[in-house]
Amino acid sequence: MFGLAALDLARVQFAFTMSFHILFPAITIGMASYLVVLELCWLRSKRQVYVDLYHYWLKIFAVTFGMGVVSGIVMAYQIGTNWSYLSEFAGSIMGPILSYEVLTAFFLEAGFLGVMLFGWTRVGPGLHFAATCAVAVGTLISSTWILAANSWMQTPRGYAIEGGRMVPSDWLAIVFNPSFPYRLLHMVIAAYLTTALIVGASGAWQLLKRRDNPAVRKMLSMAMWMVLIVAPIQAVVGDFHGLNTLEHQPAKLAAMEGHWENEGDKAIPLLLFGIPDMEQERTKFAVGIPYLGSIILTHSWSGQIPGLKEFPREDRPNSLIVFWSFRLMVGLGLLMIALGAWSLWLRRGGRLWTKRPFLRFALWMGPAGLVAILAGWTTTEVGRQPWVVYGVLRTADAVSPHGAGSLALTLALFVVAYLFVFGTGTVYLLRMMRKGPQRFELHRPPQGGPGEQRTPMRPLSAADVGNDDDAAPDGAAPSNDQHGG
Amino acid sequence: MGIDTTVIWAVIIFFAVFMYVLLDGFDLGIGLLFPFTPKKNDRDTMMNTVAPVWDGNETWLVLGGEGLLAAFPVAYSIILSGLYLPLIFMLVGLVFRGVAFEFRFKAKEHERHLWDKAFIGGSVVASFFQGVALGAFLDGITVSGRSYAGGPLDWIAPFPLLAGLGVMIAYTLLGATWLVMKTEGELHARMVQVARPLALLLLAAIVVISIWTPWRDPAVAARWFSFPNILFLAPVPVLVLVFIVLLLRALAGQGDNLPHRVPFVAALALIFLGYSGMAISIWPHIVPPAISIWEAASPPSSQGFALVGTLFILPIILMYTAWSYWVFRGKVKADAGYH
Repeated sequence: MFGLAALDLARVQFAFTMSFHILFPAITIGMASYLVVLELCWLRSKRQVYVDLYHYWLKIFAVTFGMGVVSGIVMAYQIGTNWSYLSEFAGSIMGPILSYEVLTAFFLEAGFLGVMLFGWTRVGPGLHFAATCAVAVGTLISSTWILAANSWMQTPRGYAIEGGRMVPSDWLAIVFNPSFPYRLLHMVIAAYLTTALIVGASGAWQLLKRRDNPAVRKMLSMAMWMVLIVAPIQAVVGDFHGLNTLEHQPAKLAAMEGHWENEGDKAIPLLLFGIPDMEQERTKFAVGIPYLGSIILTHSWSGQIPGLKEFPREDRPNSLIVFWSFRLMVGLGLLMIALGAWSLWLRRGGRLWTKRPFLRFALWMGPAGLVAILAGWTTTEVGRQPWVVYGVLRTADAVSPHGAGSLALTLALFVVAYLFVFGTGTVYLLRMMRKGPQRFELHRPPQGGPGEQRTPMRPLSAADVGNDDDAAPDGAAPSNDQHGG
Repeated sequence: MGIDTTVIWAVIIFFAVFMYVLLDGFDLGIGLLFPFTPKKNDRDTMMNTVAPVWDGNETWLVLGGEGLLAAFPVAYSIILSGLYLPLIFMLVGLVFRGVAFEFRFKAKEHERHLWDKAFIGGSVVASFFQGVALGAFLDGITVSGRSYAGGPLDWIAPFPLLAGLGVMIAYTLLGATWLVMKTEGELHARMVQVARPLALLLLAAIVVISIWTPWRDPAVAARWFSFPNILFLAPVPVLVLVFIVLLLRALAGQGDNLPHRVPFVAALALIFLGYSGMAISIWPHIVPPAISIWEAASPPSSQGFALVGTLFILPIILMYTAWSYWVFRGKVKADAGYH
């Protein structure tokens, strides 16, 4: 198809399905923890605003989680269908890690999700809270294992090669490989930030539409505290992650910086703009800040980093892609820090909920976390090419022996199916968010222990009835308690 | 030593896939029954019986896949590339079906039919291609060295296509008997009606496959019909008949004395017998007809590492899964109205 070889098609297919998939867990990791906080606040204070927010975000969580599950099942099989040589060569190491992810995380999430979504009237409040916690903990355990597997592929340790395949020799070294802690922290924080930005944008939108009520104020306020605290932490973690990359994947770092060669011990500038040219081996139109590259990357005035020319041509990742995806991620990160700072400034005098330029900024930053995650993911994954297991197995050698025809067919199938399914899903999510938090009436049946025949329940979808009641009265105040965030 | 971790792993994967077939079997069956229950109210009820558990049911499929990668990477690599197209079709089917659970209730009134169709289509495609994959797997996968050496369309053959139909019949029966257990009134009565012919169809499918497999493959024939195996294995077909009779009688006697769960339990038993029969036929191969479990095994350090956790965690998973089913036990009301 279009002259693409089977390898290219397999890569495009994997990148496509992976990019879709990563967005959903990114939201559910953060949102599950947010739901824990909301339910805990409700249990402790019994303030209506928390239970309203809990049920509002629970529905959005359910839809996102559902999309994450179905796209995740695809991922579980893509390693074998598209990269069969990788599974044979490195399966002895990746397999056990992924099995632990299923056993300790997926089952936990799935097992308690039903109770979390539909069990509000079937189990007591304590047990329900435990279910919410189990789901949240499950999402975090899942991140831990999957990032252990990904980090191991980036910085492999603890293995030997016997009989033409990788054999584990030290499981501690495999799981706690050099880049694992940085990647895990960076990803989990990214998930928290992403959720905070979405929650904040949702609140900002309601306020811009003049639907001011305590629940909306509360969620905007909580989200902005989160952004304020976590965005700067993310910058620091990112810096440490960069130093780790310099140590273990120097070619990736050189590509991120568009840095080709060192000129004596002259300090390295930090390039703000440039067009890395892989053919001519230079970065065109480079605009940089002198010394800053050395300072940030080596924490010294004239520190040197390896340039791309120090690596054989066939071992260089594509600098053009990595250079720009990295800048996109960092740029969005800086905007997030600015958002947090602005929100803090506006809290003086309670202007957080009324300052319209700020609300518009918060609204536009809603998807920033998702975009930054995709950009960061591109940076790290394209940056490790041409290796699938860094320094050990090339991507080109890992691919399954399928013809281009099969791969083109399945790629087309995935593109059509995903755009339709997840496109519609996004529309539904936005519709649900547009409605804003509603007052949640607690219909706990008068008596009977858990599981006893209860009053009829509404259909077991975590979301309420469809969207037919779009005409919900503007400005309807769902929460009638006195607290405003 | 005396403990062969490779055999233990074969049993674990057998168990995971079996759990998947049972559990996702009945909820896929609900999608297959949708065309026979056009009323929106009935469809809502049917969805409600599985909404809290379907996600956990599907997780067994993921465990089967990742367990295979951990313990038998060679088999994972060959089977997944050999069954490439049927598996991708199955996955795309599962995507459509999975989102329908949530989207159906979020769609506007005039869009709902779209997600009903996605649910039906996704269930049909996923079930059929699971069967095709199973059939192609039993049919034998062409291997050279450690890689798949067949063509992309090898699965288009009579036996895999028949197996696809067989799996659809089995899932529909599981779904129907599940609904006999979980619903009441008109929907219940209709499911009783639907389940009877399905039971007979399943019996026919079992008979055809039981004759076809040994007839085409002398090794399978030798395993089943040689002495003394025949004595140990004879109970399998006998039990199949016993459970078919029990199932039909329980369906005929609905409303009398037998509890509503009997047909479902009998259907589970039938699936278990059929599934065990296949395992007996291919043992000890994990990629029939060429590669045995020992040839496909990962190194002891991998199997051991994963086994420690699996043996410890699986019982806990089974406990909380059972608890979650218990929380949602009982009939799901037809008037589970929503406003």
